Amino acid sequence: MSEVMDGDRMSRAITRIAHEILERNRGAGELALVGIRTRGVPIARRLARALKEINGEDVPTGALDITLYRDDLMRNPVGPQPVIRRTEIPFSIDDRKILLVDDVLYTGRTIRAALDALIDFGRPRAIQLVVLVDRGHRELPIKADYVGKNLPTSLKESVQVRLQEIDGTDEVVLESTELHGPEVKS
Amino acid sequence: MNVDAPVLPTSSKSDGATQLRSRHLLGIAGLGAGEIALILDTAEAMKEVGTRPIKKVPALRGRTVVNLFFEPSTRTRTSFEIAEKRLSADTLSIATATSSVTKGETLIDTVRNLEAMSPDMIVMRHASSGAPHLLSRVGRAAVINAGDGMHEHPTQALLDAFTIREHKGRLAGLKVAIVGDLLHSRVLRSNVLLLNTMGADVCLCGPSTLMPAGIERFDVRSTSAIDEAVEGADVVMMLRIQQERMTGHFIPSLREYFALFGLTPERLRRAKDDVIVMHPGPMNRGVEIDSEVADGPYSVILEQVSNGVAVRMAVLYLLAGHDSAEPLKA
Repeated sequence: MSEVMDGDRMSRAITRIAHEILERNRGAGELALVGIRTRGVPIARRLARALKEINGEDVPTGALDITLYRDDLMRNPVGPQPVIRRTEIPFSIDDRKILLVDDVLYTGRTIRAALDALIDFGRPRAIQLVVLVDRGHRELPIKADYVGKNLPTSLKESVQVRLQEIDGTDEVVLESTELHGPEVKS
Repeated sequence: MNVDAPVLPTSSKSDGATQLRSRHLLGIAGLGAGEIALILDTAEAMKEVGTRPIKKVPALRGRTVVNLFFEPSTRTRTSFEIAEKRLSADTLSIATATSSVTKGETLIDTVRNLEAMSPDMIVMRHASSGAPHLLSRVGRAAVINAGDGMHEHPTQALLDAFTIREHKGRLAGLKVAIVGDLLHSRVLRSNVLLLNTMGADVCLCGPSTLMPAGIERFDVRSTSAIDEAVEGADVVMMLRIQQERMTGHFIPSLREYFALFGLTPERLRRAKDDVIVMHPGPMNRGVEIDSEVADGPYSVILEQVSNGVAVRMAVLYLLAGHDSAEPLKA
């Protein structure tokens, strides 16, 4: 197990991304943040705070649960259904630029599901993707617009993002899954 | 979140239950408190789907659900159909009036023929208690009981619990009065089982002719005085006088029933200030409930109907996880 990011580096990465967002979109006017449950949500809220500190504007922030859109939902015949949590998008996404936020970008399948889900809520002007860690190994043609850290990994490794709001600490660690046996994936 | 992650959540607010143990929902009997909480929590998320501009999610795409209604029903059948469509399942509704049942086909034959078309789930309403249980043993589809005779109506109890929880934030410790035709009511049975499991304080009330034998086994209070039942109640649940099931003379007249057991604004004053009034429908206005109460500020009767869709979506979703991949029984 090795630490890839500590709390300091995480908050610097979030601040940097906030600056990049403002630069690319020329301000925060039409922006809204949507975090993917679970850990995309606190990252989206931190980005909203960072954007406000830089530019003084409140960016509306929502939470999206993509479970019902997963491509593997009904393919696994036996076993519990994934628990569904609430989607809360308390604003219209029509004609806004949506910043979709997740912790780790891996196969791209979560993002595919999130794009389908978002588009059922309206017709945004654009969707841009923000991730804290891009670990590679894409299975779909999906690319992040803002990346906290590019982290080359092997398929045998897992990336764990821990956040104060959920896990009580801020860190990103890289773990070898072989230690835990082959069934454990991140 | 990495999409390849195992689907088991690390924690759940549903007392640790992350799945239903049975692949059928035949009744509340057999469900634990954790399973009930899981259904209600899932229904909360499902309710949000109904507020979207596109009220549909792809979760049950490619699944076939048959609604098999051997008894008339508007609310329950419509509610199941909407729930199935919101989850993108393919649905088919069969009502007895238009089916071969009127040509004398037996229940088992009807079911075997349906099974041959391999539906994934069957939602069943039947006038005979235990019919869905029989169906669950004959076929391989997951079976949801939408009301069987005088036995159970689990999704009604679940939607009632969901509605109570939305208003009161909890079920445990609430005083719930259930008033009316206790004898013929499957809603009663499911509700008592559920409310007992969740720790509510239930009081049953009805004329002694409409009390089921062995009511003491329910392990709840019972009375024949409505004022006593309603006193200090958080929830008053009215049950319909089921004239179609009455084979003898249980009450002298509907007017007398209303005089003694009807819920009027005066009687409701004995309940708590924030009481909610419920009715599973269809209502007999002026028999078990005064129109002024049914349409009044304490009534959540129409909320029950809209919550029914969310609760049924939750049940369909959770049961769909158990695949019908089990081998066909000979």
